Amino acid sequence: MSLDLPGFADPVTGAQSCFRAVLEAMSRPGLVLEAGAGLTPPAPLDPATGAVLLTLIDADTALHIDPAGEAARDWIVFHTTPRDAAQAEADFTLALSLPKLASLPAGTDDEPQLGATVILQVAGFGTGALFELAGPGLATPRRLRIAGLPDDFAAQWAANHGLFPRGVDLILCAGTQLAALPRSLRISHVMEG
Amino acid sequence: MAYVAVKGGERAIDNAHRWMADERRGDQAVPEISTAQIAEQLGRSVDRVMAEGSLYDPGLAALAVKQAQGDLIEAAFLLRAYRTTLPRFAATSPVETATMTIARRISAVFKDMPGGQILGPTTDYTHRLLDFALEAGFTPQAAEQAEPDLAAMPRIHDILGHEGLIEADQPSDAEPFDITRQPLAFPASRDARLQSLARGDEGFLLAMGYSTQRGWGGSHPFVGEIRVGEVAVEIEPPELGFAIDIGDLPVTECQMVNQFAGSRTQPPQFTRGYGLVFGHGERKAMAMALVDRALRASELGEEATAPAQNQEFVIYHCDNIEATGFVEHLKLPHYVDFQSELETIRRMRADAEREMAHESQEAAQ
Amino acid sequence: MSAAQQAKVKSPRQLWMAVLARASAAQLQAHLADLPPLPAHRVLRGPEAGLVMVRGRAGGGGAAFNLGEMSVTRCSVRDAAGQIGHAYVSGRDAMQAELAARIDAALQNPEWHDRLMEAVITPLAASQQAAKAELAAKAAATRVQFFTLATMRS
Repeated sequence: MSLDLPGFADPVTGAQSCFRAVLEAMSRPGLVLEAGAGLTPPAPLDPATGAVLLTLIDADTALHIDPAGEAARDWIVFHTTPRDAAQAEADFTLALSLPKLASLPAGTDDEPQLGATVILQVAGFGTGALFELAGPGLATPRRLRIAGLPDDFAAQWAANHGLFPRGVDLILCAGTQLAALPRSLRISHVMEG
Repeated sequence: MAYVAVKGGERAIDNAHRWMADERRGDQAVPEISTAQIAEQLGRSVDRVMAEGSLYDPGLAALAVKQAQGDLIEAAFLLRAYRTTLPRFAATSPVETATMTIARRISAVFKDMPGGQILGPTTDYTHRLLDFALEAGFTPQAAEQAEPDLAAMPRIHDILGHEGLIEADQPSDAEPFDITRQPLAFPASRDARLQSLARGDEGFLLAMGYSTQRGWGGSHPFVGEIRVGEVAVEIEPPELGFAIDIGDLPVTECQMVNQFAGSRTQPPQFTRGYGLVFGHGERKAMAMALVDRALRASELGEEATAPAQNQEFVIYHCDNIEATGFVEHLKLPHYVDFQSELETIRRMRADAEREMAHESQEAAQ
Repeated sequence: MSAAQQAKVKSPRQLWMAVLARASAAQLQAHLADLPPLPAHRVLRGPEAGLVMVRGRAGGGGAAFNLGEMSVTRCSVRDAAGQIGHAYVSGRDAMQAELAARIDAALQNPEWHDRLMEAVITPLAASQQAAKAELAAKAAATRVQFFTLATMRS
């Protein structure tokens, strides 16, 4: 039973350092940061994915868990006690493959903060398709390789970015690394992985 | 409003705090008061701080009272600030006041309420004469005990409800609004209003409730019932999948009964205002019930003309922590603000003087 | 009492958890004193202090509303015998929460169940019941016994 797997060894500093990493990742889109080292979440979660969940999810957030992540549900619920929600209503979605971005809550012009955040576990950074990122937080465009995104990602993202200030934000997790793609970002697909 | 960054006050502030701590302690020849003494012997202060601080924790509230030198609004402020540091694990099942362990239960409408009139530990029948025995130090007698009557204690609407003479509760399992998580908008739903009133300032609500009795809102209220006692608090943790008790919570509940002339859809009947607060707080529960009823004016098709019937007025101003924040911020430096107003006044005076001089010149010609 | 409330019959585990939630750490330790040490344990979560939002109902029985928060401490453990124990107790006493979780775990273990019921749960339940009865008796002594004066009219 996955309840036996612990959360952060020190919940306060664990959550604070991961929160700092998420904040940094959101303000410098595409920058790859360390998170979750030492954490042992249940399969199929990587340490960074588990750390982001422990950091951002609590009883005040509505979380949708992708069926592929079902095996980790008990652990997630035990440590974060989220409200369970359908994907179309969830504040956060935990996904192991990219959900259709257009099917997620994008918030409203009055309340853009109600747009969903997707915690997406990908295969890795530094390999896979090459993307060029530009927008707030980047003085010059940044290039990032991401393995595990679908072929139509750039097109889906363009539609998502077009909704700004509405839209969906992504936190990408792989191993003990994370990077963020906030909705303000323009992304172009440079080459296949 | 504008603020200007001012440096140089650090040492003065440190020294002011140090003096304040010394002044709070008072004459050190007098024994220091403990938080346990405050929790045990100043229970009504502690209860009020918990109600207005919106956090039930007698130990923390007693500490807040001590730290605030007995300034109860400051103490409630400290408690409100502290609660923001704690994660919220769950919401409880609604407490069942019908099955409360009763310390006190009175009704002003029926003498022979089933279950009886139980006075409990009350000051209602004292003469409000200062008791100098307390000054000298005083060991009370143990409370008298008697065989309890195990008969049920129905509520006023259980008694009058059969004939439809009083409005019934409308049970619902809808998720309630939470003013600590969602921005308020008006008209506010009754759940949002009750949450605001439960943490509202006792003095403000007392005055608002009083105003409805004096004709500002025209109600003729009766205390259907006040009950004081303890309710079990129950949550259902997901890892267990069943409900568990986490302890008991002392509360005061007031059912206020008001005449209602009826509307197009409803026959004449009694309506109710409701008050529920942490701890022993009858004045607050009664005031809350009066104001709750007044704020239901529009819902019941009554004309809302009085201040106590104005949702925005009452709800936006009942929170003493918000109120004290905005009033007391006037003490902060407004040097730039004031400088610009000073210049404006000088300019206006110069203009006025020029005009007066011009007019007297004209008059002289 | 609503029909739904009356229909609730508490399981033995709900009953012992309710007793543990209302017992202080000192009381728990005192009742454990004559028993062998509880099985070794590993903490799965906590003990951590937090809040629960206490809800009431408009009018006492109507739609729910948020009354205000209450401090609570929770702890979950797995003991050497393999049982998982949970505790949520009002207040901020981490030691009470951890002890309550350990006792909850051990109570699910047939080797421990009867001894713990006898040494800890039954006596604590009795003293909690006695405290409630004392409150009811004090309240009963303040019950007004109306008597009606006969009038002269016939």
